[in-house]
Amino acid sequence: MKLTKLLASTAVGAAIALGSVAAHAAGDLTVVSWGGAYTKSQVEAYHKPYIAKTGANIKSEDYNGGIAEIKAQVEAGNVTWDIVDVELSDAIRACDEGLLETIDHSSLPAGDDGTPATDDFLAGTLYDCAVANIVWSTIFAYDKTKIENGPKTMADFFDLGKFPGKRGLRKGAKVNLEFALIADGVAAADVYKVMETPEGIDRAFAKLDTIKKDVVWWEAGAQPPQMLADGEVAMTTAYNGRVFNAVAGEGKPFEIVWDGQVWDLDLWVIPKGAKNKDTALDFLKFSTETKQLAAQASYISYGPARKSSAPLVGKFHNKDIDMGPQMPTSPANLANAVQNNFEFWADNADQLNERFNAWLAK
Amino acid sequence: MSLAATQNSSAAMNTSTEAFVRFENVQKSYDGEILVVKDLNLDIPEGEFLTMLGPSGSGKTTSLMMLAGFEPATHGEIYLGGQSINNVPPNKRGIGMVFQNYALFPHMTVAENLAFPLMVRKLGKAEIEAKVQRALEMVELPQMGGRRPAQLSGGQQQRVAVARALVFDPKLILMDEPLGALDKQLREQMQYEIKHIHENLGVTVVYVTHDQSEALTMSDRIAVFEDGVIQQLSTPDDLYERPMNSFVAQFIGENNKLHGRLTNEKDGICTVELDDGSKLKAAAVNVGGAGERTTLSLRPERIEIDPSANQVDNTITGEILELIYLGDHIRTRMNVAGNTEFIVKVPNNAGNKPLAEGAKVKVGWKAEDCRALDPLEV
Amino acid sequence: MTDVAMSAPTNHAPLIAADGVPLKLKLARTTRRMKWRAFLLTVPLVLFLLIAFVMPIGEMLYRSMHNPTGSNVMPQFSVAIQDWDGEGLPSEEIFKIFVEDMTAAKKNREVGKTIGNLATRVNYEIPGSRSLFTRTARKTKNIKEGPYKEALLALDQKWENPVLWRTLQRVSKDYTLAFYLAATDRKYAENGDIVSADPLYQIYLPILFKTIWMSALITLFCFIIAYPVSYLLSTLPLRTSNLLMILVLLPFWTSLLVRTSAWIAMLQTQGVINNIMVYLGVITDESRIQMIYNLTGTIIAMVHILLPFMILPLYSVMKTIPPTYMRAARSMGASGTYSFIKVYFPQTIPGIAAGTLLVFILAIGYYITPALVGGSDGLLISNLIADHIKKTLNWSLGAALGTILLVVVLVFYWIYNKLVGVDNLKFG
Repeated sequence: MKLTKLLASTAVGAAIALGSVAAHAAGDLTVVSWGGAYTKSQVEAYHKPYIAKTGANIKSEDYNGGIAEIKAQVEAGNVTWDIVDVELSDAIRACDEGLLETIDHSSLPAGDDGTPATDDFLAGTLYDCAVANIVWSTIFAYDKTKIENGPKTMADFFDLGKFPGKRGLRKGAKVNLEFALIADGVAAADVYKVMETPEGIDRAFAKLDTIKKDVVWWEAGAQPPQMLADGEVAMTTAYNGRVFNAVAGEGKPFEIVWDGQVWDLDLWVIPKGAKNKDTALDFLKFSTETKQLAAQASYISYGPARKSSAPLVGKFHNKDIDMGPQMPTSPANLANAVQNNFEFWADNADQLNERFNAWLAK
Repeated sequence: MSLAATQNSSAAMNTSTEAFVRFENVQKSYDGEILVVKDLNLDIPEGEFLTMLGPSGSGKTTSLMMLAGFEPATHGEIYLGGQSINNVPPNKRGIGMVFQNYALFPHMTVAENLAFPLMVRKLGKAEIEAKVQRALEMVELPQMGGRRPAQLSGGQQQRVAVARALVFDPKLILMDEPLGALDKQLREQMQYEIKHIHENLGVTVVYVTHDQSEALTMSDRIAVFEDGVIQQLSTPDDLYERPMNSFVAQFIGENNKLHGRLTNEKDGICTVELDDGSKLKAAAVNVGGAGERTTLSLRPERIEIDPSANQVDNTITGEILELIYLGDHIRTRMNVAGNTEFIVKVPNNAGNKPLAEGAKVKVGWKAEDCRALDPLEV
Repeated sequence: MTDVAMSAPTNHAPLIAADGVPLKLKLARTTRRMKWRAFLLTVPLVLFLLIAFVMPIGEMLYRSMHNPTGSNVMPQFSVAIQDWDGEGLPSEEIFKIFVEDMTAAKKNREVGKTIGNLATRVNYEIPGSRSLFTRTARKTKNIKEGPYKEALLALDQKWENPVLWRTLQRVSKDYTLAFYLAATDRKYAENGDIVSADPLYQIYLPILFKTIWMSALITLFCFIIAYPVSYLLSTLPLRTSNLLMILVLLPFWTSLLVRTSAWIAMLQTQGVINNIMVYLGVITDESRIQMIYNLTGTIIAMVHILLPFMILPLYSVMKTIPPTYMRAARSMGASGTYSFIKVYFPQTIPGIAAGTLLVFILAIGYYITPALVGGSDGLLISNLIADHIKKTLNWSLGAALGTILLVVVLVFYWIYNKLVGVDNLKFG
């Protein structure tokens, strides 16, 4: 009697489990992004209107970047992620290694003003396997209640004499080397030219040496605003959207310094063999339309990848803050800015990270 | 070490006047509510083999641990060789001890175990070796020095434990149920060996056991413990022949009990009326006044079947319930005055008449073999 | 029975069971059935170990040496280049095959067989060469006819470098020691000799030695803290010790991340401990102590996390040591300290051995805690392995590092066995 019951309940449980797997495979679109405020902005601007329009189910998953998971899924032939938000260098590499579906640019919808997609997207935002949605940036920020007459330039960030206190930096070579060279007086336009030479790399590390003992290293995007709030660091590099949301959303007294910012792209990619490939492509087209990209900018301060979205960018969704000046692409913020050179990093990331780790351990 | 030595020498001077070991009004409580040892007073002369005998929980082991120094006395003083040792730590008391499970150090060889107390005393290497070898020979294990305790039999481990307690020549040895883990035959053999070692060395031994036959075999004197109090302190034969209360009578040896009421007492002999009305004469040992209840204690081997009238003071008729043939004697269970567990040991003599179950026979005994003690109601 | 016993010594023929079958055969038959049944019972475990343990480790060993990217991406070229003697540049014929293979590979979108894969692979050996491959591959389809060598050099002068071709020759072989070289801070020089990497890039051996040294330190701290705690636990009455044991085990029941985060809250410069010390005036507000995001933080957090692995074996051993041993020692005149050193301590060695081995091996492979609180100098070898598995995707190098770590652990285990004897371990 007891046994029959047990068997019955097991069978029911198994059926439910199988059913959910089947449902997952058939209908749910699995959208993978970076979590936190950023995913929230996408849910508000992309997911909700898409669900309203098509009735599709969207399952939102978080990850910490990188293409390891995509690679594992594709190699195992069991791809559960349908569409993924990745960084540019990862998109290029994954595409080169055959891990992604290719995307036909001519199939992307034209802008609201009628401009064809290939012209409407900013230069360098469309790739064989990837379509950019936002421009984001690594900047540095400080707590203005703790530092009077705060830092203005990247050089100030490296000036421990003028502004004593701990510094937060992302643990890795990327962006830090660019920052170090800008602080050392290299013009933003020449940064990668200098970095191509071994002397340039030595120079960047030498500059990092000057603050090394006062650096607290961070790895996840959520860490730097927290470190600033805790007073653990006097100033820290961070993703501009994270700092903006701490200011606009939580009322933190942080100030962003745009000088020397290194901006980069986030792009949608579809892993090769995704279960809902067609829905994913449809979602990709929908979410990168002029209107949706502009809407996202009212939830987080990342710039839309389409030119036609810029005039539509308004205020923060629940506060009277103009979003335009908060964007990395705002002209004032671009005065001394570097675009992340994905090719340089694709070539040199392994070697420079090794050197960075060796430098760190000394 | 030096303190132990001075104690020993002072003990030698004081033996004539003072006891070697003395408990004076010692009390012990673990929880502040129950006294495990109640007002213990005990003198042990040098060279004596004294056994603390009693059931578990009677306070005997606690008393031993207080003497060894592992438990502090809650009240009272303990003297060793005339000096109070209440504040002397166990390692300064110079007392040898044998534990229930031997406590031989498993990571050392037998020889290293024996050398341990000598190393502590910083003796020379040659001297240690000689003493260890002598100790091994004393316990008849001269070849076993290199073995580990786990490689020895239970009896061999026991001997090593005794040797280890003796090897540093303490004047006092404590033994806490040392034979409890051995089988019966080995236990009896070890009893004699320990006894002989005691006689040969002349050390003072305080021995704790719950086994009465062990106590009777080995001891000079036995202290019977019950409920934290010494019930009786006597030589083995005295304890057996002349128990002073019902507990001792029952605890030591086999014993028939008859319950009744005292009618009169004269010149140490009293008359007791049993509950079924029969009247018996008994030695008045531990009784109240006339009319008070008493328990008669009677050893099975002191009872005669079909006695001739002039040989005994009491006769009573009983019914044979069961006969058990034990070779040298026949154990006869009878119903006497309502006691159906009344045992008589009938010697297997050529002249004795055969007994039959169900038969009614007369049994009789002398008044002095029947001791009227404190009432023990069933 | 007596008959058989009597006849056996005189008759040397095999014993026969009652039904005429030789006794040995009969016995083998019955025991075989029992052995078979016992084996069946262990099948799930054997399968589990095979799938969850043996196969992944085998896969790791294999991956650390086997990297067929070269032959996968350029099947013809990888064979042809092996005939080259390594002098000057390869022949025109090889260049032709190279251009053809590259054009074909550019069209290939199959995972593991794209130009990108080869570019990544060569980039491990010659940093900065990745884009040369992806760039060239976009254009080789335009090379319709010879001379191929000139056509390729026209696309990019870098193809003139013989080092590139020698590297391609090496990369075209499926089996390679290159990842072990990289994992031990060495590399192939331009002439093919094995040389040490530039000191500025030497990371794996220093970190490996640091990992071993830190694991030893963590083990030592764990031992120093766990020994008295275990002793206390083993001597207390059962009810109290059970309660305290729950406190010891409590960290086991909390998420590792929560525990590590708690340490961050405690130890950071604006954290609880610094605040208390500032409040008490032990330190000033300016001289707050950096206790986390460095070596100190890693050691503190890891000692806390690994402590139960030391306490449990120690406790279980101490629990079996009766108090009479210490009493016996004291009754023989030994002081408390002497009894402890000579009698108690030696008997706890099996527990110490088990505890230190457990903690050391766990510490040497730990990665979450150093990743979270290690900061710049608290990095351990497993963090580098995780980096290569998760971030750089250089799985072969990750596998080589993992294999080296495995070998180190086995060597330590072997030394340990020589010193203590594995039979003497007592885990609980």
